[in-house]
Amino acid sequence: MPSLKDMRVRIAATKATQKITKAMQMVAASKLRRAQAAAEAARPYAERMNKVLSSIAAAVAGRDTAPRLLSGTGSDRVHLLVVCTAERGLCGPFNSAIVRLAREKATALLGQGKEVKLLCVGRKGYDQLRRQFLRQIIDTVELRGIKQIGFADAEMIARKITALFDDGVFDVCTLFFSRFKSVIAQIPTAQQIIPAVFETQETPPSYEYEPAEEEILAELLPRNLAVQVFRALLENAASEQGARMTAMDNATRNAGEMIRKQTLNYNRTRQAMITKELIEIISGAEAL
Amino acid sequence: MALFHFELVSPQRVVFSGEVDQVDVPGAEGDFGVLAGHAPLVATLRPGILTVFSGGNELKIVVLGGFAEVSDKGLTVLADIAESVEEIDRDMIARHISEMEERAAKMEPGSELDKLIARLDHFKQVNQHLIGTAMH
Repeated sequence: MPSLKDMRVRIAATKATQKITKAMQMVAASKLRRAQAAAEAARPYAERMNKVLSSIAAAVAGRDTAPRLLSGTGSDRVHLLVVCTAERGLCGPFNSAIVRLAREKATALLGQGKEVKLLCVGRKGYDQLRRQFLRQIIDTVELRGIKQIGFADAEMIARKITALFDDGVFDVCTLFFSRFKSVIAQIPTAQQIIPAVFETQETPPSYEYEPAEEEILAELLPRNLAVQVFRALLENAASEQGARMTAMDNATRNAGEMIRKQTLNYNRTRQAMITKELIEIISGAEAL
Repeated sequence: MALFHFELVSPQRVVFSGEVDQVDVPGAEGDFGVLAGHAPLVATLRPGILTVFSGGNELKIVVLGGFAEVSDKGLTVLADIAESVEEIDRDMIARHISEMEERAAKMEPGSELDKLIARLDHFKQVNQHLIGTAMH
């Protein structure tokens, strides 16, 4: 049986842990507010972009001159999965949920005889995926030092993807991230970005173009890619903080429960010891 | 004058949204003004200054690259960076200009260099304008 001192040390340790998890929850809550605002601010841009692009895409659809970013390479043999995760752990099921979705997709594709390549954004996803898919991972991007994700970071990743596409490394590109629904609900999502997919809509107005259609598309499509990546990163950032907040809230509550049990146990043992000592004194006195 | 809906959106936020009389947009192939009932148009932007006229007020906004789309619903401008002339980070523009000048000095002649120089000129123009308004 542990001595009373050991038990006291144990309680103190649990209390210290609880303080840490509590602090982490607070930090996540305040970061969440900023990340959520950023994610929500980026939504209109991504949506408008999608709308503009889908109407132009509908106008050039079926033409031979349609850019390859829009129409694809015509085959779907090699798939590139871009897995966006966090740089840090301790955020509940956030990272593993995204990784699981990507892993399922990769396994399914491999089962169909397709080739799979992976691009990991964020260290945590890389750590989890390299056990199974080390040979498939062609590149990783770390966003460690970056406090607030800027458009430039997304552009950097998008440029990497386009460069790979231009080199004919893959045919289809899918983006994996976690969509931020609310603090308690983050939905791991897969979004195909190359060839671009748009929701079908009513026939677009016949636009005038300045400069020519092809030139606009050539500029618009890579930008759209960057925007989609940017949005995924921001949604991810908000989801991560939300997941961490929930996880740390649970941890704090669990620690509280543990402290309660340990204190109860401590007091019981202490009282048992006092009783035992009293019995010893009394029976000693009686023996005289 | 008839009003139409104008939205200026950057990746960071919605910079402007509302009913306006006229918007002058710095298109890649020259400035153009948009009034209510403009024909559907998609155009790329160059770095420049976008002017919004609404109810007798004039609002100048620096936009650095992007797209404009005119449809029957109004004008939507998607800009990489959009800040009002008062708020834009002038040092950032100056830094950009010196960076590009350095790059241009090192580059081989060719279409890449031409593009860079054109972009540099646009930035210089914006900068000129900013310095001009600052002195007023």
